[in-house]
Amino acid sequence: MAIARASEPVLTPEPVLRVERVGMTFTAGTREVVALQDIDLEVAPGELVCLLGPSGCGKSTLLNAIAGFTPPTSGTLLVSGRPITGPGPDRAMVFQEYALFPWMTVEANVAFGLELQGVPARAIGERVGGLLRQLGLSEFRDRFPKELSGGMRQRVAIARVLAIDPPILLMDEPFGALDALTRRNLQDELIRIWSDLRKTILFVTHGIEEAIYLADRVVVMTYRPGRVKRVLAVRLPRPRDTASPEFNALKREVSALVMEEQQRHEQAERGATAG
Amino acid sequence: MHARIARLARSLLVPGIVLVIWEALARGGAIAPAILPAPSQVVLRWWQYLLPPLPFDGSTSRLAWLVSGELPQDTTGSLTRVLGGFLIGACVALPLGLLMGRIRLVHDLFGPVLEVIRPIPPIAFIPLSMLWFGLGNPPALFLISLGAFFPVLVNTIAGVRNVDAIYVRAAKNLGADEATLFRRVIFPAALPYILTGVRVGIGVAFIVVIVAEMTAVNRGLGYRILEAREFMWSDKIIAGMITIGLCGLGIDLGMDRLNRWLLRWQRGLEG
Repeated sequence: MAIARASEPVLTPEPVLRVERVGMTFTAGTREVVALQDIDLEVAPGELVCLLGPSGCGKSTLLNAIAGFTPPTSGTLLVSGRPITGPGPDRAMVFQEYALFPWMTVEANVAFGLELQGVPARAIGERVGGLLRQLGLSEFRDRFPKELSGGMRQRVAIARVLAIDPPILLMDEPFGALDALTRRNLQDELIRIWSDLRKTILFVTHGIEEAIYLADRVVVMTYRPGRVKRVLAVRLPRPRDTASPEFNALKREVSALVMEEQQRHEQAERGATAG
Repeated sequence: MHARIARLARSLLVPGIVLVIWEALARGGAIAPAILPAPSQVVLRWWQYLLPPLPFDGSTSRLAWLVSGELPQDTTGSLTRVLGGFLIGACVALPLGLLMGRIRLVHDLFGPVLEVIRPIPPIAFIPLSMLWFGLGNPPALFLISLGAFFPVLVNTIAGVRNVDAIYVRAAKNLGADEATLFRRVIFPAALPYILTGVRVGIGVAFIVVIVAEMTAVNRGLGYRILEAREFMWSDKIIAGMITIGLCGLGIDLGMDRLNRWLLRWQRGLEG
């Protein structure tokens, strides 16, 4: 199978992304909220890592920090050894809300990043055409995002970041708003793209099955303050069978970890309303 | 088809009855023609007002001859002033609004001054504008641009403030610098608001042009109906008013179509 890949740790793991003792504190009114605390994480080139946890665990906060939107309050973030100072096309983001530009056609959305880089029009046309074909979007090239379904919009968003060929893809619950069948479809598509293009992917989700289905490694995070609770390597061959005993054993293990945090989350909410 | 004809008939019923009664009253001599002329008289006057004053003699082009009547001259004069004044006002308001909406410092610098001037109706600037610019087009353009300025400015600021932050993030993530961000993200994202401002602004400009022509300019539709009053030509006054109404309607319909085309991306699957 072309999709099956060696899931063994890479032999020379020079990390493309390094998160060192990263902390993030917000002030909400008079209260200080510690969103992230002492996060350490290394991601090897070509690795697909899922950040998993209940809402409020800071997984999206960490992703936004890596994207360069909100710098962490402590610790360092390094991409290929260089510190992150702001957003950049080497770490392209796919948002849950798609974030397509509604005033641009599908084609213009995908071409946008290349135009910013000053790529000649002809090369843009070829590249965009190829990507639209690859993602099954050719017949929608002149449509506006509003005219597309959620799944199609997310395909456009993926094509838009692939166009600029970033070494790292950051995905913030990209399939969270989609129905189950569309989601599975896009997950398979993502795996196909990832194995073809050898991208490094950091994928945020609260879906336990989604994380195990996709990831080389699942990073389970704790509820507030967000910390790394456990890192689990998923060594199942792809495409993964969600009904297999191995898959379900892993799912049970990860579920137990996530549920502990979910309960802490609910207790904290009850405490907040009672107080 | 039947239903549409029935609807059309219903919508014409009341105006039809009003016109018939009006015509009957005026012809029966119940109202003096100088106060309220018969509708037929108004239409006749409107037609005379529209026609070229001299027969075609070949000294000009046929088109120039066709629009040499008082009405076409007044109308194009008024509309040109609206367009010119609006463009001046909007060309200042748009960039200023974009900057004020995006950059706190610019807002703090210009905001208070503009908030003090904004509540003054542009018409209240007539005496001052005549002192500054004299008579003719300059004071009119000043007043019209002032009238168009604030609606465009206020809506542009609101539009920029309401741009969803996720578009800015996405654009920066793809490598956009601040200039590109303005041109290709913030401006189009704010366009629905800006176009609302443009529509209101051009409406205000149209009001102001009529008033300006009644005071500072001795041409145009506003001037013409005031002039007609001095001769007690009520039929010409009403003909002029109808023309003003038709121009306003035309501007509004044109703006509506332009909006629909520029904002065609807002329509979704249902549209």
